[in-house]
Amino acid sequence: MQFYSLPNLIRRGLRGHRDWTPAWRKAQLRPSYDVIIVGAGGHGLATAYYLAKLHGVTNVAVLERGWLGGGNIGRNTAIVRSNYLWDASAHIYEFSLKLWESLSQELNYNVMFSQRGLLNIAHSEQELHDLARRVGANRLNGIDAELLSTEEISKRVPVLNTSPDTRYPVLGGTLQRRGGVARHDAVAWGYARAADALGVDIVENCEVTGIRTANGRVTALETTRGEIRAGTVGLVVAGNATVLASMAGIRLPILSHPLQALVTEPLKPVFDPVVMSAAVHVYVHQTDRGELVLGAGIDAPVSYDLNGNFRIIEHVLAAVCELFPIFSRVRMLRQWAGTVDVCPDASPIISGTPIKGLFMNCGWGTGGFKATPGSGWVFAHTLAHQEPHPLNEPFSLDRFTSGALIDEHGAAAVAH
Amino acid sequence: MLLIPCPWCGPREDDEFTFGGEADFPRPAEPEALTDEQWADYLFMRDNRRGRHREQWCHTAGCRRWFIVERDTVTNEILGAGTYGGSP
Ligand SMILES: Cc1cc2nc3c(=O)[nH]c(=O)nc-3n(C[C@H](O)[C@H](O)[C@H](O)COP(=O)(O)OP(=O)(O)OC[C@H]3O[C@@H](n4cnc5c(N)ncnc54)[C@H](O)[C@@H]3O)c2cc1C
Ligand SMILES: [Zn+2]
Repeated sequence: MQFYSLPNLIRRGLRGHRDWTPAWRKAQLRPSYDVIIVGAGGHGLATAYYLAKLHGVTNVAVLERGWLGGGNIGRNTAIVRSNYLWDASAHIYEFSLKLWESLSQELNYNVMFSQRGLLNIAHSEQELHDLARRVGANRLNGIDAELLSTEEISKRVPVLNTSPDTRYPVLGGTLQRRGGVARHDAVAWGYARAADALGVDIVENCEVTGIRTANGRVTALETTRGEIRAGTVGLVVAGNATVLASMAGIRLPILSHPLQALVTEPLKPVFDPVVMSAAVHVYVHQTDRGELVLGAGIDAPVSYDLNGNFRIIEHVLAAVCELFPIFSRVRMLRQWAGTVDVCPDASPIISGTPIKGLFMNCGWGTGGFKATPGSGWVFAHTLAHQEPHPLNEPFSLDRFTSGALIDEHGAAAVAH
Repeated sequence: MLLIPCPWCGPREDDEFTFGGEADFPRPAEPEALTDEQWADYLFMRDNRRGRHREQWCHTAGCRRWFIVERDTVTNEILGAGTYGGSP
């Protein structure tokens, strides 16, 4: 792997930048691997990296039906935070947040993690109480969280309409200073490059079409490029989790929905933190280039369609213009959608399955980007040891039978 | 946006309707006789099909009746609509 550094940049720059090599190989598919990961999204690539780095498992393939980073990892609004309510979630998201804080150094790849702070605002007394409760829960878990008054919010985000006579009055809010955003594509590319350097084969244009089992064990995958054998398989395919699980006869509690986002033309910098309002379903931040990145909600019907319903966008933009009157004449550059895998309790599934050697990491729904490093870390442990890491033990598939759900709708379902 | 064909009122815009999830899994007649696995299957597990999907809709802002739609979940094409017990 060519090390990225200032001296190297200068040295190669003086030679006309002609001797840079590709960040990762076009790997040749081999007939058999120790571990196959299906899905070259953020979570799949992070899993491959930590398998090789922490567990010495390097005979690994990551199979991707499209192109690396073409799924939700390249479609999200890049918000990172850890202010979840319940202990199980708080622990795994905070573990991830700590990994984010040194990820660029770890991968020798600038993921542009920017801890600009994350503001959740409340428009009703009830919401304010719920947020205050969450601040308490966060602090008990050692997560930074503060309650802010309307005046403090107004000082921090002057472009937010905090006057009392608006449609959505801001009654207060919470701040997680360590929250922020990262460059989502760079996360996929950085993990891919680092995993590749440790020997992992990343194979694009290779769709998994079937799962072979014998005596209750996974033995091989059928793909559009032939059969590939492996004793351990991790399915990390986000919105297509049910499709893959059904190939092995496994039923999941997951529904797939389109989730949309938009980006505007660039403006001069007008506000620092990420601003989220669960009640009116707005989450917005300004990129380093000056564009506003706006997230919308999911379409109600189950769908794998990648357009999304226009009505959802109208709803979000109406609320954005109420909250930020200054944005009312900004033009939108692009809109897109991803297929998100939503669990009934708004928490992920990182788990073994009734089939030995077959593991799933899915159900992250609308909010899995922030968990990419931690999810990869614990899933790599799960695959290497064939049993869960303590951090993902509560997120098993069994919880839907035992009833030990991790209800994060307050902290996760609407917001991201 | 979808144009949902209500069997009673004809095709209308989707904001008149409420999506009611997958069709064809009736509430078990004797829930107390089920194992935890069977109950979890009824409560939580879904086909979430990629492709042809039979689903329930309610014409909330119209006739307020429930009915069944068959839709392709990749293209959003509506393949048919009908009443309970009727077709499709
Ligand atoms: C619009 C939008 C906004 C979001 N905003 C945020 C946010 O602000 N913060 C946050 O934390 N999260 C957010 N999320 C959620 C987050 O993006 C996802 O939870 C996360 O990216 C999912 O994990 P992943 O990166 O591994 O998924 P993906 O990148 O989707 O990876 C899955 C891969 O599997 C591949 N695949 C599927 N089927 C097959 C097959 N049969 N064979 C081989 N490969 C297959 C797919 O092509 C895909 O590349 C958002 C999502 C969307 C869509
Ligand atoms: Zn009707």
